[in-house]
Amino acid sequence: MRDAFVARLMRLAEANPRLFLITGDLGFGVLTRFEAARSAQFLNAGVAESNMTGLATGLALSGRVVFTYSIANFPTLRCLEQLRNDAAYHEANVKVVAIGGGFSYGALGMSHHATEDLAILRAIPGITVVAPGCIWEVEEATEAIATTPGVCYLRLDKSSAGRTDRPGEVFELGNIRTLREGTDVTLVATGGILGVALAAAESLAAEGIQARVLSVHTLRPFDAETVFRACRETGGLITIEEHVVDGGLGGLVAETCLEAGVVPQAFHRIGLRAGFSSIVGSQEYLRTRYGMDAEAVVTRARAMVRYGASAGATQ
Amino acid sequence: MLNAAAPEGAIDSRALAKKIRIHALHMTSRGGSSHIGAVLSMADIVAVLYGGVLQVDPKDPTWPARDRFILSKGHAGAGVYAALAERGFMPVERLKTHYQDGSDLSGHVSHKGIPGVELSTGSLGHGLSVGSGMALGAKRDGAGHRVFVLLSDGECDEGSNWEAILFASHHKLDNLVAVVDYNKIQSLASVPETLALEPFADKWRAFGWAVVECNGHDHDALHATLTDVPARAGVPTVVLCHTTKGKGVSFMENTVLWHYRTAKGEEFDRALAELEAQ
Repeated sequence: MRDAFVARLMRLAEANPRLFLITGDLGFGVLTRFEAARSAQFLNAGVAESNMTGLATGLALSGRVVFTYSIANFPTLRCLEQLRNDAAYHEANVKVVAIGGGFSYGALGMSHHATEDLAILRAIPGITVVAPGCIWEVEEATEAIATTPGVCYLRLDKSSAGRTDRPGEVFELGNIRTLREGTDVTLVATGGILGVALAAAESLAAEGIQARVLSVHTLRPFDAETVFRACRETGGLITIEEHVVDGGLGGLVAETCLEAGVVPQAFHRIGLRAGFSSIVGSQEYLRTRYGMDAEAVVTRARAMVRYGASAGATQ
Repeated sequence: MLNAAAPEGAIDSRALAKKIRIHALHMTSRGGSSHIGAVLSMADIVAVLYGGVLQVDPKDPTWPARDRFILSKGHAGAGVYAALAERGFMPVERLKTHYQDGSDLSGHVSHKGIPGVELSTGSLGHGLSVGSGMALGAKRDGAGHRVFVLLSDGECDEGSNWEAILFASHHKLDNLVAVVDYNKIQSLASVPETLALEPFADKWRAFGWAVVECNGHDHDALHATLTDVPARAGVPTVVLCHTTKGKGVSFMENTVLWHYRTAKGEEFDRALAELEAQ
């Protein structure tokens, strides 16, 4: 995802001299080409994310489209107030890019696990929140946020679902993509863990269970209609996110549906429930460890098809 | 004072300072808000800036070539609203809504719906980073405008300022001017009792800034200092303005109390009488 982002950003920067990239001293070997080719549009702010985000706001208020780039929680939580008060309140064209969503840096430990960012960024008014699930979505989302006014958050992941676009498909921020049709159950995924949802759907199909798979690359603005349709047309919803279950995709789906009076037949949130993730390991290992791998999704979906609403409960 | 080279629309800074103080007293007393001491402390600095140093145009508040002014000590916002109103950015009458139900003139300075305010602040330690971004943008665009950021001394406890201070000198932002309202009193006690800043000038120098010290109530000195920037080519300038918190009202001067207290009744009358007599 990271390389796809940088490659697309390079193209955008060539076309738009007002596009600017600031890194918080990260991106070794990754941003080198950008810096060499577009030095007038590049800045390393050093290990100082609060200042980086303030700088980005100042540059944006002077007419630039400014991307800030760092890993995990550094460009978001470390400088959250700068994002809220400076960038978002002023509707500045600041695009925050975090690589290392979820457990991408699983072995580096809890400081590098980005598992609350979606909920927190989603709570701040005016921020467009984007977590692409595949390489095509990364490329398209990068381009889309560059021309979307105000603050955007782009959460990138080490894993991805590969390329899931169909010939001629047009990407739109805020539109959920239906990657697989089905009526037994709906798997609603955001971010690179979309690959897990697709793998689970494949396994379920082998058992005769047809799972619909939705890629929610944009949490805000949120495509409620596509989710409502899944509530009406399928046997239940399972949300899947590499994120705590509180306030992220699962919370968003639940609050949107309940408030609209569109209640799925069954509902369950796959995500981190274990508190802080002090155990380390690869992204794949941690997904299994914390019950968010394809097998966990299949087990939950199977139970939902067999037992209905009661299968959504965590106990 | 009016300088021979003052921009169009420049006004007498001493008269402006007096108006800022009187407006701020009315505004904070009417609304029951805090921070009159902080406004009185910086009133002369703001008056000199808006009186004739800043190249701004009330008729075109977003004129691209304007100098940028950021009040990083946002709690003294009443003083900036008053200066903007007196400079014609908004009707003076509007100041009466400050801190009132339904108003957009918040206690901490806000830009929303208020022409002339560049940046909303209120949480300390934000202005210098944003100002550095504006200064960097101007440099890369080859634009000639300057960025002035007014900070409080207590605000310099915030680590984010020191990130910006490192950054601005590394990038040679000589179009950036930090002005510190150095009244030596913060929220609960004096600066030396809270978190000592001294040797303050040396700290800025060590970070690569040109440091100028100035009496923050002497309009001639302020005007000379703030127009003679950068103080050294190729580096950002900081002006440490030695000030008196609560300046202009005898019983408010140099007290922690008037960081928070609102003048009511007889206190208000006495304060107003003292300010009007100046």
